Amino acid sequence: MPVGAKAMIVREALQGLFDALVTEGYRTLGPTLREGAIVYDDVRHVSELPAGWTDSQEAGRYQLRRREDAAWFGFNVGPHSWKRFLHPPLELLWSARRSGDSFEITVPAAEAKLALIGVRACELHAIAIQDRVFCAGRYRDDSYQARRTDTFIVAVNCGQAGGTCFCVSMGSGPKAAAGFDLSLTELLGADRATFLVEVGSEAGARMLERIASRPPTEAELAGAQAALERTAARMGRKLDTTHLRELLREQAGHPRWDEAGERCLSCGNCTMVCPTCFCTSVEDHSSLDGAAAGRVRLWDSCFTLDFSYVHGGSVRHSTGARYRHWLAHKLSYWIDQFGTSGCVGCGRCITWCPVGIDITEEAAALRTPGRAKRKEVTHEEP
Amino acid sequence: MDRRLRLAVWKFASCDGCQLSLLDCEDELLAVAEALEIASFPEASSAVAPGPYDLSLVEGSITTAHDAERIREVRRQSRHVVTLGACATAGGIQALRNFASIDELVAAVYPSPGYIETLATSTPIGAHVPVDFELRGCPINKVQLLEVISAFLAGRRPAVAAHSVCIECKRRGTACVMVQGVPCLGPVTHAGCAALCPAYGRGCYGCYGPMESANVTALARRWQALGATPQRFEQALRSFNAAAAGLQRK
Ligand code: SF4
Ligand code: SF4
Ligand code: SF4
Ligand code: SF4
Repeated sequence: MPVGAKAMIVREALQGLFDALVTEGYRTLGPTLREGAIVYDDVRHVSELPAGWTDSQEAGRYQLRRREDAAWFGFNVGPHSWKRFLHPPLELLWSARRSGDSFEITVPAAEAKLALIGVRACELHAIAIQDRVFCAGRYRDDSYQARRTDTFIVAVNCGQAGGTCFCVSMGSGPKAAAGFDLSLTELLGADRATFLVEVGSEAGARMLERIASRPPTEAELAGAQAALERTAARMGRKLDTTHLRELLREQAGHPRWDEAGERCLSCGNCTMVCPTCFCTSVEDHSSLDGAAAGRVRLWDSCFTLDFSYVHGGSVRHSTGARYRHWLAHKLSYWIDQFGTSGCVGCGRCITWCPVGIDITEEAAALRTPGRAKRKEVTHEEP
Repeated sequence: MDRRLRLAVWKFASCDGCQLSLLDCEDELLAVAEALEIASFPEASSAVAPGPYDLSLVEGSITTAHDAERIREVRRQSRHVVTLGACATAGGIQALRNFASIDELVAAVYPSPGYIETLATSTPIGAHVPVDFELRGCPINKVQLLEVISAFLAGRRPAVAAHSVCIECKRRGTACVMVQGVPCLGPVTHAGCAALCPAYGRGCYGCYGPMESANVTALARRWQALGATPQRFEQALRSFNAAAAGLQRK
C-alpha cells in the first residue's frame, strides 16, 4: 500500500499490530490507566488500553471519567508525554572504573527500539520539534538520535478536544498530518467499532499488510472527517499568535510578569510536562573508594535557581523573571533558535500547573497595556 | 600511619534518626569505614578519639546554653561541618516552642519545672557557627548522605538539588495528586526524597523543609481552593521544619 493510502480494520485487529511490532523486536508503549490518570507505559495487549475512559481537564485540574461508549482512545493527552521515552528524565551517559593507573569508560548499551502507539497530532509536532533541537543543529545528541532512528509511530486522530487543548491555534492538530508510520481514526459504529488507518511510511505499509484490512467506504471517510471537524471546533482554549514573537520581546517590562510571579510556585511542573522542553542538567557521581564514577543527565527546568546560576548568583532571581523566561522561550526565542514555536498547544502546562496558571491567558494579558513601568534591561538569551 | 581522613558524628537535640541513617547504610558502611577513620561516633561505638576532625556530621538543634557552647567547640575541632536533618538545619519539631511561651510549655510538660534549664528557642546549627553544607530531611535520605560523603572524599560538589519536590515527582512519572484534588506541600518543599508520598497517592508533608524559593502564599490559596482551611494549611507547615526561614509568611 502506498504512503497516503487508507484502509479499514476492525478494532480488535489492532492486537495484530501490537503482536507484529513485538515480533519485530519493538518495545510497545501506549496509554494505560494508572494513579487515576491515563499515562504512557508498556502496553502489549489492547485490553490494557483505557477503554471506556476519558478525562476532564481544566487549569490545575484533571479527573478521569467514564465514557458512555467504550472508545479505546476517547481521551486527550495526560500527564506523560513521549519525551519520557525519547528523552528520558534520568539517563546514565557513561560510567567509569579505575584500572591500575588508568580508567575504563563504559557507555550504556542501546535499548530496544520503541513503538509509540496513540501519538496525538500535537505530540507528533512536539517530537518533530525535539528532533530539530537534538539532531538538526551543529551538535547532535547521539543517544536521542539512536532512540529516534528506529521509532515506529502509530498516531491517533483526536475524536474530541480536551478542556485545555489549543492545537488549532498553534497549527499542530487535531489531525495527524505527518511524522507517523500509521495513523488511526477510531469510528464507533452502532454495531461495531473500527479504525480508519492511514499509511504514513513504507514501514507503516509493511506493518499494515500483516493484518486484515479492507478499503474504506465514502461514508466512513466522511465520518472520520466530520469527527475531526467537530474536534477542531471545540478547542478548550485558544491563543492568538499574531506577532506573538515580537509581543513577547516588546513586553519584557509588562507588569503582568511580576503579577504572575506572585501566583507562580516556581515548582517547574510546566517545563517537566511540556513535550518540547528539553533542558537537562548533568551530575557526576563517584564511589566512596574513588574507584568508580558516573555521569547522569536529568531533566532540568528554567524555574530552578541553579539553572541560571553564574558566578555570584542566579541571573533570574525573581519568580516573575523565571516565568517570563519560560513563556518567552516557548513563544518567542524558540522561533529565533529553531524556526518554530516551542508550543504545540497540548495544554499540559495548564492542566498540570498546581495553581492553574494558563499560558494562553498570560500571553493574552500581554496584549493589554499594563500600567507603565520602567522597562528592565534584559539580556536573556534563549 | 593512618592516612584516612577523620570523621566525627555529633548529636544535639534530636531523635537520632539521622545518625541512624548512617548506620542504616549497611552495604556501604564498610566502604565508609575504609575511606574515613571513624574517630568519634558515640551512637555506634564508645571508643572516642580526640580531634581535630576532617569532617564532622552534626545532628540536632541547639536548645540549651550548654549545647550552644558545645557546638562552638565542635566547630573549632572540625575542618568541615555538615549538618544533617530538619533539627540541625531548621530547628526541628522542637522549634514549635519558638511560636509559644517556653515557661508555659515547661510547666505543662514537667511536674517540677524548676529542674529544667533550656533556651526559649530551638535553633539550627547554622545560627551558631558557620556550616559548610546542610543536608535536609526528616530523616535525611541515606543515598544523599552517601553522596555528600563521596563528594567530600572526591573534593567535588555534592549533587543535592534545592528545587521543589515537584521536579522529582515529574521525573518519577507520578500523576500529580494535587491536580487530582489532594493538597500537597511538594511545590514549596525542598527535593531529596524522590517524591515518595505522591507516588503513594498522598500529598507531600514537607519533611525536607522549604525549597529555594518557596511561594507559601500562593500555595495557601490553592489549598484553600481545594477545601483545606487556613488552619489546616498552617498546621501542615508547623511540623519538622516549622521555624525554617523560607516557610515564614511575608
Ligand atoms: S507550552 Fe504548554 S501547551 Fe505548549 S506544548 Fe508546552 S505544555 Fe503544551
Ligand atoms: S529554558 Fe526553555 S526549554 Fe528549557 S525548561 Fe525553560 S522553557 Fe523549557
Ligand atoms: S507556572 Fe505553574 S507549573 Fe509552572 S512553575 Fe509556575 S506554578 Fe509551577
Ligand atoms: S503531587 Fe505534589 S510534589 Fe508531585 S507534582 Fe503534584 S504538587 Fe508537586
